Amino acid sequence: MPFTENIGAATLDGLAYVGGLARLGASAARAVVMDVFEPRRLAYDRAVHQAMAVGIGSLPILSLITFFIGTILALQSAYELRKFGALQFVADAVAISVSRELGPLITAILVIGRSGSSFAAEIGTMKVNEEIDALETMALDPVRFLVAPKLLSMLLMMPCLTIWADFMGMIGGAVFGMAAADFTFKTYVIATLDALVLRDILTGLIKSLMFGLVITTVGCQEGLRTGLGAEEVGRSTTSAVVKSIFLVIMVDLVFTAMFYLGIG
Amino acid sequence: MAEELYAADTLGSAQAPVVSIRNLHVSYGEREILHGISFDVLAGETVVILGGSGSGKSTLLRTLVGLEKPTSGEVILHGKNLCCITGAEWRELRQHIGISFQSGALFGSMTVGENVALPLLEHTQLDPATIEIMVRLKLNEVGLNGYEDYMPAQLSGGMKKRAAVARAMAMDPEILFFDEPSAGLDPIIAAGIDQLLLKLKEAFGITIIVVTHELASAFLIADRMVLLDKGHIVAVGSTAELQASTHPRVRQFLDRVAEPEISQEIDYLQMLTGEVPRPRQ
Repeated sequence: MPFTENIGAATLDGLAYVGGLARLGASAARAVVMDVFEPRRLAYDRAVHQAMAVGIGSLPILSLITFFIGTILALQSAYELRKFGALQFVADAVAISVSRELGPLITAILVIGRSGSSFAAEIGTMKVNEEIDALETMALDPVRFLVAPKLLSMLLMMPCLTIWADFMGMIGGAVFGMAAADFTFKTYVIATLDALVLRDILTGLIKSLMFGLVITTVGCQEGLRTGLGAEEVGRSTTSAVVKSIFLVIMVDLVFTAMFYLGIG
Repeated sequence: MAEELYAADTLGSAQAPVVSIRNLHVSYGEREILHGISFDVLAGETVVILGGSGSGKSTLLRTLVGLEKPTSGEVILHGKNLCCITGAEWRELRQHIGISFQSGALFGSMTVGENVALPLLEHTQLDPATIEIMVRLKLNEVGLNGYEDYMPAQLSGGMKKRAAVARAMAMDPEILFFDEPSAGLDPIIAAGIDQLLLKLKEAFGITIIVVTHELASAFLIADRMVLLDKGHIVAVGSTAELQASTHPRVRQFLDRVAEPEISQEIDYLQMLTGEVPRPRQ
């Protein structure tokens, strides 16, 4: 009985947590829309600052990681494909795997490590230092002031980063293709373009938007829930990373299943 | 004692209070922190809320600025009952009050100038050049001329508190709240903060509410004092009235007498079992 009670309590906690994320996401989205109709002078600056931190700051490490992932994927595919004399399909395997799955997922995991954790740490530190209270007493809504610019920048930058990750992954695959599979750069590019259809790219981009939403809301919610003391900031940051990774994988599963059942 | 001073000092006044607290109860979960607090603050006066650690003075301040919700009772700020006002009314009201937090609560990612400019940028339509002038004026008022481009981390504790006062003053508030303005500062810097409060009161006639446990500072700046103990008001009155008080808790606090050690077996047992000890007189 206690076991089932524990499962029930944990399920309710999980649902309440996701409900909290949905509320925070909705409030932040509303604030983003309000900023469009009632522009404030600082909102634009904060969104640009966040976009630079989330997007431009991630580019070097994202490029490197997705390049290597592309090469590794080509190597792993080639291991099986060469048994069937189908080494020319390496480009197809890399292109589809990267654009539909690994590009958005690796981008999301990297952004969780860089930005999701920093959102939680930044807001958590502000909470500990009474800065969130100060915002409220200055009649500034913390969600509109802190979360909305982060959400806007994340929704803009995640698809851009994902496209870049797809590109670098395919370049990584091309290096293997040219070195070990009798491709020239041109023939590899042609094979990749032949293998890809628009929906492969689009499904990846839709997933990247959802990942951006999850990373922002989890990071900010964990930051806003930080208790008192420096130790709590560390706890929030760790919790933001773990929960974001779990929820990103869950969202990935749900959307991949939907695309499989819906549009193939 | 508390009731006598309270009646003589506030309710009898012809002047309308700017802050009026009536039978205020505040709880954190099941634990009640404030048990029926009532007092008034008149326009232009400086009221110091005194009390030891855990007396509920910071909770009272947080309730007065809307960061905690009362369980019951009334807080009337600037004619608005905080229990019943809308979000829009709160936003409007908050533009008339300024708060200086214990830690300063300056935004670490912004310069001192940007911190002071923030409320002006968000709540006014002033052009950037005017805001820049106003920031310089406010920083000059608190003795931080030329520190606009410094980051909060580059300032000393006293300077942070001064910058926080400048930010709290940015919208020319009618009521200023201070949470432990001298806490953690050396005596000379703390005296400087006291002088700053006196200067603000003299120059602008602002109503000031200060939460502190620093006795020297409290007696220097206060027009009236409220002494809290375990969530109850022990005494309300002028500095002279509190000095003359014979109430045991007032005397204990003002004379800095330590709590007596547990001497009776029954009290010791109650302490061990977590029961509430018998009140001492």
